[in-house]
Amino acid sequence: MTENTNPQVPANPSEPGKIQDHFDLFHTDTYQDLFEYKRQFEGAHDRDLVTETAEWTKSWEYREKNFSREALTINPAKACQPLGSLFVASGFEGTLPYSHGSQGCVAYFRTHLTRNYKEPFQAVSSSMTEDAAVFGGLNNLKNGLQNSYELYKPKMIALCTTCMAEVIGDDIGAFIQTAKNEELIPQELPVPAAHTPSFVGSHITGYDNMLVSILKTLTAGKKAETTNGKFNFNLGFDPYIGNLRELKRILGLFGIDYTILSDNSDTFDSPNTGEFKMYNGLTTLEEAGDSINAEGSFFFQKYTTPKTQDYITKEWAQKTYNFRPFGIKGTDEFLMALSAVTGKAIPQELQQERGRAVDAMTDSQAWIHGKRVALYGDPDHVFGITQFLLEMGAEPVHIVVTNSNPDFEAELREVLTNSPYGQEATIWGKKDLWHLRSLMFTEPVDLLIGNSYGKYLWRDTHTPLVRIGYPIFDRHHMHRYATLGYQGAINQFNWIVNTILDELDRKTIIPSKTDISFDLIR
Amino acid sequence: MRQIAFYGKGGIGKSTTSQNTIAGMADRQRIMIVGCDPKADSTRLMLHSKAQTTILHLAAERGAVEDLELEEVLLTGYKDVKCVESGGPEPGVGCAGRGIITAINFLEEEGAYEDLDFVSYDVLGDVVCGGFAMPIREGKAQEIYIVCSGEMMAMYAANNIARGILKYAHSGGVRLGGLICNSRNVDQEVELIEALAAKLNTKMIHFVPRDNIVQHAELRRMTVIEYAPESNQAEEYRTLAQKIEDNKDLTIPTPITMDELEELLVEFGLLNGDEEYQKALEADKAAATV
Repeated sequence: MTENTNPQVPANPSEPGKIQDHFDLFHTDTYQDLFEYKRQFEGAHDRDLVTETAEWTKSWEYREKNFSREALTINPAKACQPLGSLFVASGFEGTLPYSHGSQGCVAYFRTHLTRNYKEPFQAVSSSMTEDAAVFGGLNNLKNGLQNSYELYKPKMIALCTTCMAEVIGDDIGAFIQTAKNEELIPQELPVPAAHTPSFVGSHITGYDNMLVSILKTLTAGKKAETTNGKFNFNLGFDPYIGNLRELKRILGLFGIDYTILSDNSDTFDSPNTGEFKMYNGLTTLEEAGDSINAEGSFFFQKYTTPKTQDYITKEWAQKTYNFRPFGIKGTDEFLMALSAVTGKAIPQELQQERGRAVDAMTDSQAWIHGKRVALYGDPDHVFGITQFLLEMGAEPVHIVVTNSNPDFEAELREVLTNSPYGQEATIWGKKDLWHLRSLMFTEPVDLLIGNSYGKYLWRDTHTPLVRIGYPIFDRHHMHRYATLGYQGAINQFNWIVNTILDELDRKTIIPSKTDISFDLIR
Repeated sequence: MRQIAFYGKGGIGKSTTSQNTIAGMADRQRIMIVGCDPKADSTRLMLHSKAQTTILHLAAERGAVEDLELEEVLLTGYKDVKCVESGGPEPGVGCAGRGIITAINFLEEEGAYEDLDFVSYDVLGDVVCGGFAMPIREGKAQEIYIVCSGEMMAMYAANNIARGILKYAHSGGVRLGGLICNSRNVDQEVELIEALAAKLNTKMIHFVPRDNIVQHAELRRMTVIEYAPESNQAEEYRTLAQKIEDNKDLTIPTPITMDELEELLVEFGLLNGDEEYQKALEADKAAATV
């Protein structure tokens, strides 16, 4: 036990007025002494024991214990339903995303999105408190709708629920009707509503639930005799606004008339004009309402939007298509099908881009080929990256998908089985990043692909991390790039191959030891 | 301070039994009754009123439970027994279970538990969710008395409540104090409840006979003890009160399976065995074919 006196501030503190950043400040003696002193009150374990235990967590024995976990999830690679609901809602014109629950819930969703995009995100809540939990959320919802309509003048309020409202069984459909009957909000204001308990499914489930509800609300009574000659496109929970812009560019080159169902590219990347603009959703309510009369609908995330797709197929009697325009093959398939469906030729410019992407791939392929990769994320996201890795001859080994499902696993397994590079791969459905940590220690890989949460695995296992996915909190501007199409393929090569080369430089950095391979030219 | 709770099937007479029992010990003890039932009928015999204003009713009017003062909801009744009712939301909305948690938290924060010898909780018939288990959670009521009778459903309920108690017995220290048989004049009722008590690892603490004087007292919104203190029935309640005060025999219940319970009922003739069941079916079939 250390003597029970507080360490004193050193006689000559660092220059006043010179403010040190926390990573310098906490390494000064003052703080280091303080940390050492505090150990006695923190029940701190013996340092050797900590090291020893940390080593043990790298073993096969620990891996087996880890995989027999039943009632504990550590760092799941997923978020909860309302996040997806607010995300998709924000892509519609003048739409205020509304979370029927406590303020804490909506604050979490807003910060989650803001931290990824470094962009403000507007969403409101019913501010439910203990009283609402006991008496039901009707009064809160009525006040919430009235206030948000009067204060923020939205053209649509997209309402989703949270755990609290779901557990007490709030009937939001009836509540909204009550609010309209009492003339708190106009009868004609569209207020689509989705049940999105966070303890069911994940953010992609919430995305789907909200989108179905929005489309049902906006297209009611809009079915026309003839089609409008347009095509609908949905990207699913795709965090890359570059993808929305890339898709629109491709469709422009084709000369296809389209509606993006939820274009939130400006929501998360609005120009700084010096004037605040509350609503930046680019899909107009009119276009969305008319989407029922389109020729067909394309979905890029099959496992994010099954309910929406089913609804469009059955209720709208519309042809729907699933594509994953990521990597060369995925983009080829999409463009050829688009050409076949619309009867328009693939533009020369895209053909040239394909040539450039293939060229880029051959330039870097030697560095990527044969590399063992671990990756994680949402089902379709992981699917696109896996296909892309196989194209380059990289070998996916550990594929962790927390919000997995059997259909996805069967489909991906078939792709892996049919590729010589997919033979080593295991799909770890419903597993989390702590499982992946064990996998990476016992069966190491050369590369990890995932979101910012992968940095802890990078730190522990020293496996280079390529940040592709959502959320990316600790690097800037990634979301501005496309991962879709041939341009997106080039971006992904760029991130992957240069991460590998950075790592190679780091590994060959010791003079007269490893620097025999510290090459200028790679 | 001892905290006790009365549980039992809906309609079994929990509120009547608990208020009469409390009235029977009110001479000697400082007591608070906490009604934990949205119907709010746990204190009317003490207060001589229809139903008292509940915590949650007032909270709904004011908008938040923080806006309430303890004096507004904590009333004083017969022999200075303090009375409070949690109340609950309108039927069909919100969460009554959470309401009980909210109400009890309010009482704790406002210091309602000070200067008392006994706290008695009167809880809704079925422990349908965690909220209705609030009185036996987190070191509140340590002794549970189950009001039952020799009727089949009352015994089912008693067994279910024993299961609820067992869940919290090891973590929270709650114990079963005994079964109170509120007689329905069923044959062999005493033997039956004693047999059930033995299986549940407890005892029948008292047998309260059926007496119309209870209804007469209730009509006047009074306990029997107040209405007819010299009556036999008043003496029964006083005896029960004394037995609870003196009770040292607190046990961890051993709830039985449905099969065991049904065997017991068959044994006492409340339920037919499988043989009789088959015979009855066949008799019906025979009657239908004729």
